[in-house]
Amino acid sequence: MTDGQRLSLHVPEPEVRPGGKPDFSNVPIPKAGSVRRPDVDVDPKEIRDLAYSIIRVLDREGEAVGPWAGSLTSEELMEGLKHMMLLRVFDQRMLMAQRQGKTSFYMQHLGEEAVSCAFRKALLPGDMNFPTYRQAGLLIAGGYPMVEMMNQIYSNDADPLKGRQLPIMYSSKEFGFFTISGNLATQYVQAVGWAMASAIKNDTKIAAAWIGDGSTAESDFHSALVFASTYRAPVVLNVVNNQWAISTFQGVARGGSGTFAARGLGYGLPSLRVDGNDYLAVHAVAKWAAERARRNIGPTLVEYVTYRVGAHSTSDDPSAYRPKEESEAWPLGDPVIRLKNHLIRIGTWSEERHKQMEAEIRDTVVAAQKEAERHGTLHSGGRPSMRDMFEGVYAEMPPHLKRQRQQAGV
Amino acid sequence: MPRMTMIEAIRSAMDVSMERDGDVVVFGEDVGYFGGVFRGTQGLQQKYGKTRCFDAPINESGIVGAAIGMAAYGLKPCVEIQFADYMYPAYDQLTQEAARLRYRSNGDFTCGITVRMPTGGGIFGGQTHSQSPEALFTHVCGLQVVVPSNPYDAKGLLIASIENPDPVIFLEPKRLYNGPFDGHHDRPVTSWAGHPLGEVPAEHYVVPLGKAVVRRPGSAVTVLAYGTMVHVAEATAQETGIDAEVIDLRTLMPLDLDTIVTSVKKTGRCMVVHEATLTSGFGAELAALVQEHCFYHLEAPVIRVAGWDTPYPHAQEWDYFPGPARVGRALRDMMEA
Repeated sequence: MTDGQRLSLHVPEPEVRPGGKPDFSNVPIPKAGSVRRPDVDVDPKEIRDLAYSIIRVLDREGEAVGPWAGSLTSEELMEGLKHMMLLRVFDQRMLMAQRQGKTSFYMQHLGEEAVSCAFRKALLPGDMNFPTYRQAGLLIAGGYPMVEMMNQIYSNDADPLKGRQLPIMYSSKEFGFFTISGNLATQYVQAVGWAMASAIKNDTKIAAAWIGDGSTAESDFHSALVFASTYRAPVVLNVVNNQWAISTFQGVARGGSGTFAARGLGYGLPSLRVDGNDYLAVHAVAKWAAERARRNIGPTLVEYVTYRVGAHSTSDDPSAYRPKEESEAWPLGDPVIRLKNHLIRIGTWSEERHKQMEAEIRDTVVAAQKEAERHGTLHSGGRPSMRDMFEGVYAEMPPHLKRQRQQAGV
Repeated sequence: MPRMTMIEAIRSAMDVSMERDGDVVVFGEDVGYFGGVFRGTQGLQQKYGKTRCFDAPINESGIVGAAIGMAAYGLKPCVEIQFADYMYPAYDQLTQEAARLRYRSNGDFTCGITVRMPTGGGIFGGQTHSQSPEALFTHVCGLQVVVPSNPYDAKGLLIASIENPDPVIFLEPKRLYNGPFDGHHDRPVTSWAGHPLGEVPAEHYVVPLGKAVVRRPGSAVTVLAYGTMVHVAEATAQETGIDAEVIDLRTLMPLDLDTIVTSVKKTGRCMVVHEATLTSGFGAELAALVQEHCFYHLEAPVIRVAGWDTPYPHAQEWDYFPGPARVGRALRDMMEA
């Protein structure tokens, strides 16, 4: 008989909880411009180290540096700044609307605006996103009418989804935005299937899959990686690591893998990490990954390192599980301010013009909101009809549902 | 006696069970430090340590699969699926594994797990935070299914579930967590403070599985209900003046058929109400059992009032929910039949 060692269970915990001092000194941040830019047809084995680094373009002074710089013109960057500012003001107004009882629920993007806004600019018409609930920037940067988003949030009589869906669970095939589901990770493997279909039909379109750090723990994430790897599907597999899954820090989903990008290595996928608060870096990496998909080389896994500054949703208070000051300590800064500073640095922008644009954007969003509210909000004004509830379950309404609709008196 | 809301009673059940038995462990998404999105596990990690109450990765098949493995070792896991709507990835583990461990190993391995899930609508949760999937579990041989309607029962039934040697699906009507709800969504919310079933002993007690209870005695018609619909049925009887006998089933599997049959033989009429969609819902099973056992006592067909056969809508929540207006209309129609 041997004296066996007594075992103990490892349960990971974040470094700091409320009351503690936020500390990100353990998060290694490489210098901007220091990570190499391989050719898109590189052998994934040659770039395994990129899954453990962070691709960054904007340095502390607001200068765009290194091999990933230069994917956008200054006009395109101006447009990007505007998209992020629109999304931020949109969030502020809709959060307020939720507090005023005009809708039941909202989820904001504060701090993560660059990820979806910049990624969208690497796509072409016809490409399809399979988003989570925190990528409204794909719609805003894609030119989707903001008033339609508000109509959906208000579940009013102009809601394109007829009041059936939880607020912010948009859907628009035309704008490359797959219908959002309230459960998690299901869309990830669907994106791979969509991309496989495009390849089967010798099409030119690519897909983009989206998931958060916490949901990578779901089996569907791993299913997606297997399928993408096996069939070399033309898909960009995006992981938005915003550090928190409601109250659960990213270490619970990441486990011992070091980074989320590193999850791709076992599947032989080229896996990159990028500064998610750096509009230029996000765009450059998105473009690199999209080109791999478009040239039929295969899928790419991209982890966006960012921080969820706001609450998970209007249903939680983050001060119950993380220090209030944590977002200020986050070392990658604010995406809007960083892009603004860069544009000022290169001489195409100024504080005054920025203030002016802030006011213009506020007016734009308020005007859209007024228009949406003319159609109604959740509890007042025009609302989707009870008939809408019975329609769309099947292409053709079966007899039993017709009977129920009749019973309901509509 | 202490007063508790339903969520406090559920927490107390886990607390008491963890205190009494070091083999009881609790885990799930956000249940550790934060104490669960509905606060069902608040304080348990602080009290019992992070190896007995902890956060799980967002992976429901993993949560249930790991619980099965722990039960096979000899622990008594009580796990939380954050919303019943999130349980589908775990369905394989529940139906083909948890439910059959005892049968397929001839008792060599057993699966005394409890899987808690907030269920039902009434909070504008839309289609992925409002479902009532009880029939998906009652159809699986080997699972037991519990749906409490009040704090007292919730605590006693949860303790009984944790102590049960076989798997229990414990469905918690989330709209009842903080107060009874009779379906009148336009009236002020009520709390458990004034309700007799909000009196909950602080200590250990058990409400046995498989026992229904008559919530409101009556002679005109038997209404079979569980969860939120118990309160809707009681309110409807009150408002319509129809002397309905309201039975709170409490446990759907095993089912207390005796209480049902005794009542229906007395009243001669039976209505089943549930929030879940109508077709192939648990109401179909109840209606079949009632006609098998009470056919010659029935004065009218057994009627079901349920959620419409559509996904749970967001904006039309109160058109979908089978509230007192719909239940009342059906009751009156039935009495005229």
